[in-house]
Formats: sequence, structure tokens, C-alpha cells
Amino acid sequence: MQSNTKQLVLSTNKLSKYFYDPVKFKVLEEVSFNAYKGEFLTLVGKSGSGKSTLLYCLSTMDTDYNGELTILEQKVTGKNQTQLAHIRNEHIGFVFQFHYLLPEFTCLKNVMIPALKLGKYSKQEIEERAYHKLEILGLKDQALKPASKLSGGQQQRIAIARALINDPAIIMGDEPTGNLDSKNSENVFDIFKQLTQEFNQTIIAVTHDLDFAKASDRTIELADGRIV
Amino acid sequence: MNIDYDIALTHIITRKKQTLIASLGVTIGLAIYLFMNSLSAGFTKYSRDEIFKNNAHLKVFKDDEYCKPLNKDTSTLNIIVNPQITTTTKNIINPNNLLTQIKQQNFITNAIAQVDLTVFYNMGKTQIKGSSSGVNILEYNAMFNNEKYLVGGSLSTLQSNLNGIIIGKGIAEKLSLKLNSNVTVSSSYGVVKVLRVVGIFESGNGFNDNSKSYINIATAQQFLKEGPAYITTIYANTLNADIADTYAQQLQPITNYKVEDWKTTNADLLAGDKTRNAMMGAISLSILFIAAFGIYNILSSTIVQKINDIAILKAIGFSGKDVIRIFVSEALIMGLIGTLFGLVFASVLITLMANIYMGGPVGYFPIYFKADLFIQSFILGMLLTLFAGYFPARKAANVDPVSILRK
Repeated sequence: MQSNTKQLVLSTNKLSKYFYDPVKFKVLEEVSFNAYKGEFLTLVGKSGSGKSTLLYCLSTMDTDYNGELTILEQKVTGKNQTQLAHIRNEHIGFVFQFHYLLPEFTCLKNVMIPALKLGKYSKQEIEERAYHKLEILGLKDQALKPASKLSGGQQQRIAIARALINDPAIIMGDEPTGNLDSKNSENVFDIFKQLTQEFNQTIIAVTHDLDFAKASDRTIELADGRIV
Repeated sequence: MNIDYDIALTHIITRKKQTLIASLGVTIGLAIYLFMNSLSAGFTKYSRDEIFKNNAHLKVFKDDEYCKPLNKDTSTLNIIVNPQITTTTKNIINPNNLLTQIKQQNFITNAIAQVDLTVFYNMGKTQIKGSSSGVNILEYNAMFNNEKYLVGGSLSTLQSNLNGIIIGKGIAEKLSLKLNSNVTVSSSYGVVKVLRVVGIFESGNGFNDNSKSYINIATAQQFLKEGPAYITTIYANTLNADIADTYAQQLQPITNYKVEDWKTTNADLLAGDKTRNAMMGAISLSILFIAAFGIYNILSSTIVQKINDIAILKAIGFSGKDVIRIFVSEALIMGLIGTLFGLVFASVLITLMANIYMGGPVGYFPIYFKADLFIQSFILGMLLTLFAGYFPARKAANVDPVSILRK
């Protein structure tokens, strides 16, 4: 399914960012890179290298930077919070180190929430799609359990299903395997690999797991806010 | 259903205890607010009724006139005047014509003519000074509803008997008069008549009970040595007592006589009403306000506890507006539950209070169900909850997801 021509999904142009507390400090210095469709990209670097900061800038949640960010040929820099929220809802899926599932809801409902927010499909269709995503992740039988009743690995996979529900172009991960044992980590890695290969989605993940990084398509290493 | 409301509802359902506590605060606050305002409205109505025992909405009478200097130019001449009342008679000239004209106004529901005079009630050596009103008693009753204060006799007997009189209970006791006794009544014009007591009333107002009596208009005119066209006062009721002052202004141009509304006549009593209403309103509003703070507190702590959920919702594409909508609807649901139960609770309190017998002329405790007060309380309750919910919700909307998710 992989296309022959590389299609640009996300690009940054001279992205810089400062931290002001406690002293003015340059975290990112003119970071420019491109991410393509179907690419499994990992961001690595030592603690404090700015890799997470870069990811949150890419996620559109952090807007306090200089430079330019483009997602799906759309200039994102300068848009207001509501527009950014909509972009995240439609085009970006998130997987964090912690699952951040809403404890009051069932797994199924947790997966459905971003799609209900987007409102592209009817509730019936969204439910079917959510079941389908859970099936891909092997959790269909857990669908109606409360999210808080599952094991850590299962919760992380529910979180991945939630990230996938709107078929986003980009899936961003902040240490997505950080809290998982090696078996579950491998499992998550395989899911990511499958997403890029079968569904042509782009993954950008921050990790300090070198095996995980090595197995990805491309690794960007940051040191002192610059790409090495 | 919008996903925002879905989330709000789920939060409410999964946190039943907190919802209940917040709602209970509103319930009590609202119930007290509504109860106190109903009480206040009841008192106001009671004191209004007291006023309307003796006052119509409008009163037309001849006001005293002062003499004024003819030369109004005081720039060149110093004029020494001794102002004096120039009114010699207190009667209204051509009263029937004026009465007809007043009745023709579309805002007038009822108008009657009356002759007021000062009289002395005599029994043996005892003499009581008092005032008497010469009225068509049935018309008078239609306006002032004084039949319910009768403790003996009947109004119709007075109507058919020119020598009849209805006296206050105090007079009857002091002069040891019973129904059908005769009493000697004299006027300041030297007219003396022996009248038959055909009715005794007890209004609850000591002054009236000890001095007031009702006689026929013709009898009153005889006491004053005047003809059948002699009328001192015209009373009129209007469609709406609250805007009687406006009606008074509208009525004034058609007559040279003074038109006075009941509010002007009873300004002192109304000022007391106003003070009481303001005080009770302020106290009850503060209580409701404190109840709203309950919602504010619970919502604020919910938001602190749910800060991770808020962060992830923002990450997956919920805007600040969505977050505000979630938490404001939670506040409104709690407020709605509290408000509705508050209305029920207040109804119970009002019913209990309304069944307490106070005795005397008051009868049952003056408290009533007033639909507009219920509506007002409901709107106010919901409005306060809206504000109580909005401020924590806005705080939640401003949560920076990065600072939470990066931990």
C-alpha cells in the first residue's frame, strides 16, 4: 500500500523555543525537519535535549515558539486555540506514557469520545468503528468494562485505540512504552509498525528505549535543542 | 446528545454524593429564599388589605385652598400676606355629574359617593365623639367588603332603614348597646336623631371600632342640614392598585377637586412595607448566595481532581468552550435538582405556615402561594448556579494540557 512518492505530512521550519523560568534558556534552536506519510519516526536524545518539548510543539498544544509548523499542507502557527483543538481532534492521535483514560467511562466509550467530538459519523457508526479498532488491538472482549478495571498493558492499548478512532494522519507518542514491560512494549511497537505499513499513518514518538528507536524507520536525535 | 453533556452527566452520576451535597445546599437556600419572600408578600398583602378596609384606590375631595397675593411680581414691591384657608365648604359641587364622569373612565372599576361627618354618640350622660360615613351601604360593601367584619345585624337592614346605624363594637360596649337598641346621635350642626342599631362591626382596628359608624347618605345630609346633592368625598377603585398614582394623574384633569391615590394617603405604612421587604429580600438573597458558593466549592474541587481528564480532553480535541460547557452543565444539573427540591420544600413550609391559626382579625397566618415568586426563585436559583459554575469552569478551560501531560 505504500506510495512511491513521499508525501509530506508535517514539517517544521526553524522552530525555536525558550524557557523563561528560572532563567531564559533556549530549549530548541532552529529545528527544521519533515515527516512523511507512512513513516515511523522516533525522537531520541538525552534528558533535557528538548525532544519532548519539540513533540508538544508539534502536537499544537504548545504554541509558545518561534518558527513555523505545517501539518497536512496547512500552516498551523498562528491559529487560535479552538482551531487547533479541531486540528488535533481530526488529524492527530495521542499516546502518552500514562494512558489518561477517563475512569468513569467504559473502554468502548473512551475510544468513542474523540469521534463523538468530531461528529463526522453517527453514534451507531462510531460504535462499530470503535469495536473494530478494539478488535485490531485484541481488546474487543474488554469493550464494556470500566477503563479502570484493566491491566496497564490493556489500558495502554485502549489509549492507542482512542488515538486511532478518527483515522488521524499523525499519531504522536510521548514515551508510549515507558510504563510497559518488554512484552507489552513489543506489542505496542508491532501495532505502530502495522499502522504505518497497513494504514499509511505517520508515527512520531519520543522514546529513550533504544531498541524501540532502532527498529523504527527513522530516528532524529536531539542534543541541546538541535538535531544532531 | 452532545458528547459534552454526556460527559457532564456521567460525572454527575458517578459522583452522586457530591452532587447531592451541592444540590442540598441549593435546596435549603432556595427554600428559605422562597419562603421568606412568600412571608414578605403575605405581610404586604395583609397590610394592603388592612389599608383597603378604609381606603379606595383613589379619593376625590375638596382640598383646602390658601389665599394668594394677586400681584405675583415681588421684584419691586414687598408684599406682606397672611395666608388663610379660603375653603368655606368641603362639599363637591354637582357630585352626580362628576361621579358619572369618573365611572366612564375605562380604568375605573367602581366609584361611590360618601358624606363624612363628625358625630357624638350619646347614652344617658355618656358621650363618645366619633365619625360617621353616610354611604349607600351595599355599594360601599362592594368596594370595601365590610360585611365580613359584621358581628351582628346585616347591611341590608341599614339600606332599608333611614333611621338605622351600624356602629363599631367599641362604641356598643361603652354605651352598652345591643342590636336593635336605640342610640342618640348628634352632629356639630345641632341636629339630634335617635337611631336604631341595625349592625355592629369589629374590624380589628381599635380606632375605628371605638369611633366609626355607618349611616345612610340621606341621614348624613340631614345631620349636616344639607340637601341631597351634598357629597364630601368620591371613592373609586381602579384596575390595578399598584399604579393608582398614574390613574390619579389621568383622572385629575377632568375635575377641579383633589384626586389622591391610596399610596399618598398611606405613605407611612408603605414605607414600613418597603423596609421590611428590602430587609427580608437581602437576608434571603444572601442565603441563596451562600448556597451557590456550595456549588462553586464542589465544582472547584472536582476540577482539581479531574485535572488529568481535562488535560487529555483538551489534547484529543476538546476546546476551551467544550470544557466550559461540560462543567457549567454539571453546575446547572446540580442547580436544577437543588432548585426543584427547594421549590417543593418551600411549598411544604408555606403550607405548614398557612395552616397556623393566629386568631383575632388576622385569622390564618398571612402567607400565600404566589406563582410569580416561584418563577422568580427558580430563575434566580438557576442564574446563581450558572455563575457559580462558570467561574470554576473557566479555570478548567484555561488548564494548560502540556504542563499536566508532560509530568
